[in-house]
Parts: sequence; structure tokens; C-alpha cells
Amino acid sequence: MTTRVRLALVAAGIVAGGALIAYYIASFLVVTPRSVAASGTGKQAQLTLQTVAAFGHPPHVDWVTYLAREPNGKWVHSTVLHVPAYATVKVTVYQFDTATGLRNPFWGQPRGTVGGTINVNGKATNVLNPDDASHTFAIPDLGVSVPLKGIADNAKNQCGVAPCALSMAHTTTTFVFKSGKPGKYRWQCFVPCAFQFPLGFGGPMQSLGWMDGYLMVG
Amino acid sequence: MTEIAGNEIVPQRVPHHWWKIVGTWLVLVAISEPLIVLVLGPHLPPGRMSAEAGAQTDANVVLTALLVPIMLLVWVVFVYSFVVWRSRDAAVVDGPPIKGHAGTQLLWIVITGAIVIALAAWGSYTLVASSHGAGGGQGPNPADQPKGASHALAIQVIGQQWEWTFRYPSYGGFESRDLAIPDHTLVAFHVTSLDVTHSFWAYGLGVKADAVAGVDNVAYVNARKTGFFQIRCAELCGLWHGHMAKKGRVLSFAGFQAWAKAAKTKNAAIQKYLSPYNPWYFPAPLRRAG
Repeated sequence: MTTRVRLALVAAGIVAGGALIAYYIASFLVVTPRSVAASGTGKQAQLTLQTVAAFGHPPHVDWVTYLAREPNGKWVHSTVLHVPAYATVKVTVYQFDTATGLRNPFWGQPRGTVGGTINVNGKATNVLNPDDASHTFAIPDLGVSVPLKGIADNAKNQCGVAPCALSMAHTTTTFVFKSGKPGKYRWQCFVPCAFQFPLGFGGPMQSLGWMDGYLMVG
Repeated sequence: MTEIAGNEIVPQRVPHHWWKIVGTWLVLVAISEPLIVLVLGPHLPPGRMSAEAGAQTDANVVLTALLVPIMLLVWVVFVYSFVVWRSRDAAVVDGPPIKGHAGTQLLWIVITGAIVIALAAWGSYTLVASSHGAGGGQGPNPADQPKGASHALAIQVIGQQWEWTFRYPSYGGFESRDLAIPDHTLVAFHVTSLDVTHSFWAYGLGVKADAVAGVDNVAYVNARKTGFFQIRCAELCGLWHGHMAKKGRVLSFAGFQAWAKAAKTKNAAIQKYLSPYNPWYFPAPLRRAG
């Protein structure tokens, strides 16, 4: 092999490596899930979400995830949520997953909601047993943190593929919070619910569109 | 230096390069040093909110005051060389050979060595004797405890992906999302983590301590004045690492007592579910149900 060929191969390798790095960075920076707008009018908005133990579709069939419902009733695999500024936002979460339990029991107390309470299966409460939590919906910069009760491990008719129908086993959590000033606020789950990942916090717990997202206010 | 012109030896004026360089440098140093100490110094980070932060600010002032003359010397020699000794001809010729000067080299080694040794001695004194760890985490058994450490107000700092929470064992062990400390009171931060490694960085207080699961990392601080300080995570810890930021508060002792009472009430609903206070916690649960 001549020197010229060797140099060409090395140059090609460097270019290919650089392209892969650029693709990885661009994919991380540019690709975000589509935004789902809240329904409602004026300063009254409603968000409807669901959590599923396993998405059931490529690219990650067994990843736990959130889904959001568009105003037209269609479920969308997205965690970028859009609400008006200075609005009263009513959130309904249909929770189809079993309980994992909170690593820090502290997050078992709802915070940042109107009245400091949440409504779980029609019953108002100001605390959830941390062992019963399946996920949380938390917007730290707005002081909002809500634990979501899991279904029983032996519940019948459990959902395995998103989106889940309300005829399947689930819990329903509703709460109200004030959206405040315009901005882009991250939200996340605090339950270590990522199956087969280190400490339960890899994969979907580190990925927009799954167990993390943005609340776009304004 | 001489130059032969025809058969006649003509003395050439010798420019006092050395004195010009040193003179210029001394003038610049005389101007810059007071500016560094009196004008820039009070604004250097992290400020003087605590005794530990003040010691760090002093270190930054001293280091800057020592660094700038060295930097100026390099710059003056560079600029002087560029202006005076640049080649004005198109022809490229070799310069005169460079010869070592033992005296200059020895002087350089002695001066720079003395600066480094003096800074090491002063830094060690500050770290060990006067600042008691300089606000850094000292591990579970601090080698350098300040006076009255056994009566310090203990506050547990818990890092988790991706938030800080704080427990107050002296006040019933309540936990809070907010951090407040009293002024003029020795505080012992007990820093730990529930998952990956974080780093608790209370910037304005001059406190920085790694948060490691299974480790009780102790850092001392004594706040001198009331106000807000920034809290950051200084260890890349995942997706929302950059969002592990909030503001802490230094309150008067009476203000702190009132804050603690209110915070305890605010977080009362979860109290019965909290783990008993421990220096650190196992990162559980490790399983995922379902």
C-alpha cells in the first residue's frame, strides 16, 4: 500500500469520525419532540397526560414513557407541553404503570399545587405513601412536584402498549397549578423507574420525550 | 560595541535595552498593583459572605497581584523585542548565537522558586490553620475541625438527579427544597448523594464538596452577613445537571429560627415517611416494579 493510499485512508477515517461526532451533537441539540398545546381558553388551561410502563413501539419498545393528549383527543408521544402564561392549569394524569417507590420519600408530598393537594382517584390528599409512587410530575423551577400513584402489581388488564385505553388498569391524578411568567421550564420524574438502567436513572430518565420534558409557558 | 568603517574604528552608541525594559516594566507594575489590590480586589470572587469565602477572595487577590507583574514582564519583553529587534531587511539571515547567562538563570530559578514555595506555605496555612478546610469537603472524618465544631449546626445536603434537598437534624430532621443558614454561626454541611456523584457548590459561601452516595462529606462554613448565595452542581451528573441550581439564604439567627419553623410546617405532611436521619443513605430502591 502506497503512502498516498494510507494517508487517504487516515483522512477518510478522520472525516468519518468527525461526521459521526457532528451527527451525534446535532441530534442531541436539534431533535426535540413536537410541542403539545394545552386545551382550554384564556387563562384556563387543561393538560392531559398518561404514563405507560412500556412504550411498545420502536425505537425503544420497553422504555417507560409519558404521552400527552392533544386538544383533538389524539395521544402524542411528546413531553414538550405548551401552556399560557399566568394561567390556571388543570392537569390530569392517567397512570398505567405499577409502583416503583421513591428513592427520596420527600417527593411523596405534593408541592406547588393550588391548595397544596392533589386528587387521587377522586380523593383529595396532601401526601402519598412514597412506596406507592410510580412516577412524579415535577417542574422544579416552578416549585411543582406531584407524586403519581401506581397500580397494583397484580392488577388485571394491565396496559403494555401505548397509548393505553382508559378501560385498562390505571389510577387518575388531577391537580391545579399556576403557570406564572413566560419561560421554558424543564420537568422530570423523580422515581428511578428506568428498567435495566444503572440506578434506574438511565435511558428514558435521561431522554426528552420520555420521562423528561419542557413546559413552554407563554 | 564597535563598528569598523573603512580603516577607522567608530564607537557605536550602546542602547540600554535592559534598563529600558526594566524601567517600562516597573512603571506598569507601579500602576497595576494598586489597581489590582484596591480596585479589582474587592470585586474578585467569591466575595466575603463567609469567613471561608473571604479567605478564597484573599487568595485570588494575592495570586492576581503576583501573576500580573510576571505577565507584564513577558509582555514588555515581547513588545520591546518586536519593536526594537525586528528585522527591517528583506533578507533572511541567522541571528547571533544565544549564549546562556548563569547568573540570570540562577536568579530566575531562585525568584520563581521562592514565589512557589511561599505560595505553597501560605496556601497550606490558609487551608489547615486559618480557614479550616477553606470551605471544601473534608470527608467523613474532617482532619481540620474549626473551634466549636462539635456544636456546629448540622445541615445535610442531599444530591439527587436532579435536585438538592436539605435536612435539619437539629430541628426534628425535617427536609426542605430550600436552604437557609443563620449568620455568625458555625455550620457543618454533611453532603451526600442518593444516586450518582454530584458536587455541592455554594458559590457565595465558598463551599464546595462532592456529594457521593454512601459518603458523609463534611464542610464547614461561618457566614458573616445575611443575603442570598448561588448553589450549583459542579459535577456533570446527567441530563438536567445544568438545572441543579437554586439560591440559598443567610438569615439572622432569629430569622433563621422563624424560617425553620415555617419550613417544618410546610413539609410536615411527608415527615412520617422520611427515613430516620443518617449520615448517608443506600440508593434504594434499585429495582423497578412491573
